[in-house]
Amino acid sequence: MNQTRTNSLTIQTPEGVSFALLLAGPVTRFMAWLIDLLAVIGASIVLFMIFASTGLLIFDFMRALFIILSYFAINLGYTIALEWYWHGQTLGKRLFQLRVMDAQGLQLQPSQIVIRNLLRLVDFLPGFYLLGGVTCLINRNAQRLGDVAANTIVIRIPRVSEPDLEKLLSDKFNSLKMYPHLEARLRQQVTPAEAGIALRAILRRDELEPRARVSLYREIADHFKHIVPFPPEAFDGVSDEQYIRNIIDVLFRTKPPRKELS
Amino acid sequence: MILDLDKFIATEKTYWAELERLLMRFENHSAYKPDFDQLKRFHYLYQRTAADLVKWTTFSAESEMRHYLENLVARAYSRMHEARGRRLRFRPKRFFFQDFPQTIRRHINALWLSIAVFLIGCAFGGVVIHLDAGTKEVILPFSHLQISPAERVAKEEKAAEDQDRLKGRKTTFSAFLMVNNIRVSILALALGMTWGIGTLIMLFYNGVILGAVSLDYVLGGQTKFLIGWLLPHGSIEIPAILLAGQAGLVLAKALIGWGQSITLRDRLRKIVNDLMILIFGIAILLVWAGLIEAFFSQYHEPVIPYEVKIGFGTVQLILLIAFIRWAGRKTEKEIFHPKGRNFKNSEITPVTLDHKDSKFF
Repeated sequence: MNQTRTNSLTIQTPEGVSFALLLAGPVTRFMAWLIDLLAVIGASIVLFMIFASTGLLIFDFMRALFIILSYFAINLGYTIALEWYWHGQTLGKRLFQLRVMDAQGLQLQPSQIVIRNLLRLVDFLPGFYLLGGVTCLINRNAQRLGDVAANTIVIRIPRVSEPDLEKLLSDKFNSLKMYPHLEARLRQQVTPAEAGIALRAILRRDELEPRARVSLYREIADHFKHIVPFPPEAFDGVSDEQYIRNIIDVLFRTKPPRKELS
Repeated sequence: MILDLDKFIATEKTYWAELERLLMRFENHSAYKPDFDQLKRFHYLYQRTAADLVKWTTFSAESEMRHYLENLVARAYSRMHEARGRRLRFRPKRFFFQDFPQTIRRHINALWLSIAVFLIGCAFGGVVIHLDAGTKEVILPFSHLQISPAERVAKEEKAAEDQDRLKGRKTTFSAFLMVNNIRVSILALALGMTWGIGTLIMLFYNGVILGAVSLDYVLGGQTKFLIGWLLPHGSIEIPAILLAGQAGLVLAKALIGWGQSITLRDRLRKIVNDLMILIFGIAILLVWAGLIEAFFSQYHEPVIPYEVKIGFGTVQLILLIAFIRWAGRKTEKEIFHPKGRNFKNSEITPVTLDHKDSKFF
C-alpha cells in the first residue's frame, strides 16, 4: 500500500493488482459534517416537539428519557448507526459522495465506527473541528485523529459514467485507425494525465483565443507524435486539432461510433 | 499484444455487472450468507475483474472506465480479504461479565498508572489546601464546595429534614449526571490521542479536586459526612473515570509504541476493539453511579443514617474490585491453561487471543 498522488491511496492486493482510493479533503468533509449537524439539530427539535406537544416533559422520567435520547440516540448514535447501516455513510457523506473505509481497504468493523465517532470530541478541540481539520490537512491520508485511532479513511466515490464523446467526436474518418498496432501502442504509452490534457484542450476549445489555441494544439499534437510516431501518411493534411481529436477517439471511445439513420 | 477495446468491453461487461449485483447483495443485506458455490463464483468474478483492471490500466489511458473497475475491485477486495469476524450478535451478559473485566486485566498496568496519577493529584490537592486554605476558590470551581464544611453539612442535613430537594426531578438529575460523566469518560479516552498527556492532566486535575475537598472536610471534622456523601456513588464513579483514563493510556501506548516492533497501524488495530469494550463497560458503570447519586447519595441524616450509606458504598467497592479481579477468569483459564479435554476453543475471540501480547502494560 502506498500513496502515489497527494489525494489518493493506492492499495496493492496480494494478487498484485493495484487500485486507488480517492481521499476526501477537509473542506468536503466539513461540508458533510455541517449537513449531519443540521440533521442532528433537526432530529433534536422534532424529538423536543414530540415530548413537549404531548405534555410528557412534565413527568420526571420522561424528562430523563429526553436527555438520554437526545445525547445518546441522536448526538452519538446518529453517526454510529448510520455509518454502520449504510456501510460508512451518513446523510452528509451520501450527499457529498463520501464514504468511511478501513485504511487497508478491508471491511469497516463496528469497533472502528464507534472509536472514530467517540474521538470526535478531541478532533473538535478547541472548537469547530480545528484540531481534526489541521490533522486532516497534514496527514498524508487526510485522516483526522479519530480516523488515525480507528484505522479508517474517508474516500470520495466519484460518479462512474463513461464520458459522452459522441458530441465531441464526429464520425469522420480517423486515419490513425489504419494502424491498429500503433493505435494499441498509443493506448499503452499515454498516461491518464496526458489523455486528460488532450480531452480538456478539446472540451475548452471555444474558451481559447484563436492564436493561443493554434499554438496549444500544435504543442499537444507534437507531444503525442513523439510518444508514438505514426507514418507521415497518417497525419498528412490533418490539422493539429483534428489530430488531437483522432487521438482522443483512440484513447477514449469505448463504443463504436453511432450510425446516423438515413 | 493488442487489445481490442470494443470487443474487450463487450465480453467482460456481463461479468462486471454480475459482480456488481453480488456486491450490492452483500452490502444491502448484512445477514446475507452465500453458499459455497456462490462464494466460488464471487471469487472467480473478483479475480476476473481484477485482471481486467490490470489489462485496462496497461492498454488504455481512459480514466472513467478505470475508476469504475477500481471501484468494483476495491469493494470486492474488502469482502474477499477480510479476516476479522463481523460479530453482529451482541451478548450483553458475556460482554459485561467476561469481555469487560478481561479487557481491564489485559491492560492492568495502564490502570495502575491511571490510579497512580489520580492519587498524586489527590495528594497535591490535599497539600495545597492544607498549606493555603485560600486556594480553595481557585481549585474548587463549585460554589457549594467553597463554604465551610460544617456550614455545608448543617445546610444539607436541614434540607433533608425539611423537604425532599429533588422531589419530582430525581430521574432527570440522574440522567444529567449519567450524560455528563459519560461525556467526561469519552474525553479521557479521546485525549489519549495527545500521546496520553491530556488524559494524564485530566486524571491529575480530578485527583486534585477530590484531594482538596476530602482534606477540607477531614480538617473541618466532617469525615463521616464526606464518606457517607461520596462513597455510595463515588465507589463506582471514581473507578469508572480511572478506567476511562486506562482506556486513554492504552490508546496512548499504542500511539507511542514503546518496545513494539509492529507498525502504528497494526498497534492501533490491535487495541481498537478493547477500547470499545472499555468505553461501553464504563458507560454501564456510570449509568449505575448516576442512579445511586440521584436516588441515594443526596440523602443524608436523618433521612438515611451515614452508617447505612458508608456500608452500602463499601460493599459496592468490594464487589467492584472482586469483579475486576475475578469476573471472567474461568474462560481466560480455559483458553490459556488448557487442561486436556477441558479446552474450549469455541469461546475464543480475537480480543481474548491478544492476551499474551499485552502483559507489558
